[in-house]
Amino acid sequence: MSSHRKLQYSLAINEALHQMMEKDASVFLIGQGVKSPWYVGNTARNLLERFGAARVIDTPVSENGITGAAVGAAIAGMKPVVVHPRLDFMFYAFDPIINEAANWYYMNGGKASVPMVFWGIINRKGEQAAQHSQAIHGIFAHIPGLKVVMPATAYDAKGLMIAAIQDPNPVVFVDERLLYGFEEPVPEEIYRVEIGKGRIRREGKDATVVAVSLMVHEAMKAAECLASEGMDVEVLDLRTVKPLDKELILNSVRKTGRIVIADMGWKSFGISAEIAALVAEHAFDSLKSPILRVALPDCPAPASRILEKAYYPDENDIIGAVKKVMGK
Amino acid sequence: MGYDIELLEHLFRTMLRIRLCEESFVEPILRREVFTPCHLYSGEEAVAVGLSSALSRDDYVFGNHRSHGHFLAKGGSMREMAAEIYCRESGCSRGRGGSMHLIAPDVGMLGSAPIVAGTISLATGAALASSIRKDGRVAVSFFGDGATGEGVLYESLNFAALMKLPVIFACENNLYATHMPIRECRVNLPISRIAEPFGIEIHTVDGNDVLQVHEAGRQAVESCRTGKGPVFMEFMTYRFRGHVGPDDNIQGSHTDIRPKEEIAMWMDKDPIKKFEQYLKENQLLDKDRLQVIKDEVMAEVLEAQAFAKNSPSPGREELTKYVFA
Repeated sequence: MSSHRKLQYSLAINEALHQMMEKDASVFLIGQGVKSPWYVGNTARNLLERFGAARVIDTPVSENGITGAAVGAAIAGMKPVVVHPRLDFMFYAFDPIINEAANWYYMNGGKASVPMVFWGIINRKGEQAAQHSQAIHGIFAHIPGLKVVMPATAYDAKGLMIAAIQDPNPVVFVDERLLYGFEEPVPEEIYRVEIGKGRIRREGKDATVVAVSLMVHEAMKAAECLASEGMDVEVLDLRTVKPLDKELILNSVRKTGRIVIADMGWKSFGISAEIAALVAEHAFDSLKSPILRVALPDCPAPASRILEKAYYPDENDIIGAVKKVMGK
Repeated sequence: MGYDIELLEHLFRTMLRIRLCEESFVEPILRREVFTPCHLYSGEEAVAVGLSSALSRDDYVFGNHRSHGHFLAKGGSMREMAAEIYCRESGCSRGRGGSMHLIAPDVGMLGSAPIVAGTISLATGAALASSIRKDGRVAVSFFGDGATGEGVLYESLNFAALMKLPVIFACENNLYATHMPIRECRVNLPISRIAEPFGIEIHTVDGNDVLQVHEAGRQAVESCRTGKGPVFMEFMTYRFRGHVGPDDNIQGSHTDIRPKEEIAMWMDKDPIKKFEQYLKENQLLDKDRLQVIKDEVMAEVLEAQAFAKNSPSPGREELTKYVFA
């Protein structure tokens, strides 16, 4: 039974790429390190052997030029997946991603779309410091014309990669290296996780925790712990950052009256601020306590592992925030 | 010689279509009926027309901020372009793009954009698509001398050379990057030499001689189509008007610092006048035939202007219609 087959998160991405490249000759993978597990883990396993160097293209270190080439190929009818082994490297590629790909369909009056995936990997921790670990999904989410997905589970990683490849728009797919080893049942067949739909990971009635990517796992641990203290927490997994599943969030807050937002990025001007504003605008009357956020402090990522522990929030920060909104 | 008359007529007619269409916007811009920033192509027609005449309909072109000529030369509709310049719903980009975003996918005009050098990598990628599909298409990137200051040009040259992509890097050297003389922007070497370290085939061409452009273009396209990899072409040319807007001294503000003698010298090398003279002297097209073409082109331009001005603007209710496909 395929539904019982377990797969690691990274291999779920790998399977999505295999299946999409087999199904659609216009899909190709391009980026720095696609030949090397050192860069992209085992997400690209056996792709080169199976599909050849014409469709699995390891590149010179030229993020701007290569990303632009992928955008141009998409405009010319291909469906590229361009991978950046670290999100930090994507700053060089902001022009093709934002100025060109995100705007293309609109500024050409719908005459040509850019069906492609910008895939970037977050690399938290490991004393990698400020330029090897940044989570910049909030910046992408700010840009009209881009969709942004952030799977937390292996099932969603496969389903969202397939949905991203099949979407007629540019989609930014953000994963996190620390998730690569997580394993769960993943169907063998091709399936899509709908872009724009979040999911209730755990039902509860006392408080809502909205989380994304790795923070979903921290939120689940926090919810277990809080349950033992008699607090019933609902955990929402956004799965897609943009377009945001507003109804999922608002319905939950209307039920619980309390919300904690756990993001991967910096606190100021990021998606936690966006969700807080959404709740304030549309569910203010349901709130029994102020909205709280668990996010990175406004500080570059440090190298020292001692400082890293202070920098990256975890389940304990979520527990503290939930207790605060519960008045405990 | 030995060009058939159809080609010669096409070259003359298309250059004239671009010139008269561009010039038809001078008054509307001065009257402020046209607001979108127009970077007029007058004076550079031979480049777009000569090179595009060496391409087939399926080949790809990416333009830049000054792409009215590229769009028309590749076969885009004049009335849709005119309507776009008036930002009307009937424009090629439905009034969402304006003068700097011209597209006609049906004829291989894949788009234009004003971020300097921003479309060079896109054209390289269209060539990559062609190379993966093995469909024989060639992609052309039109950019100006100012774009040689951008890093992405060098990234694209390297990648295209490495992958032997069928892309033509077409540099229109009009000697000025907006207001800056090119000698104040870069060390004074021929621009085409930047392609040398990448082992890319280079052509330096008189960009005001449409037959020379066509001939060099044919060779470059052939080279790309037979898998020999990219070609870099530098076209020496000059714009007759300012960087943006219709006047040498932009709308009376005297921002164009080009010397009068230099402008006069290049006006003498007007690519259309030169070609008309050549056609007459060699008795390839007679005066009457040339007059018929001129009349037809003028009628087309007037019709395009009327179509554009009479077209409705986009509706407010459709503001966000094309954010996502």
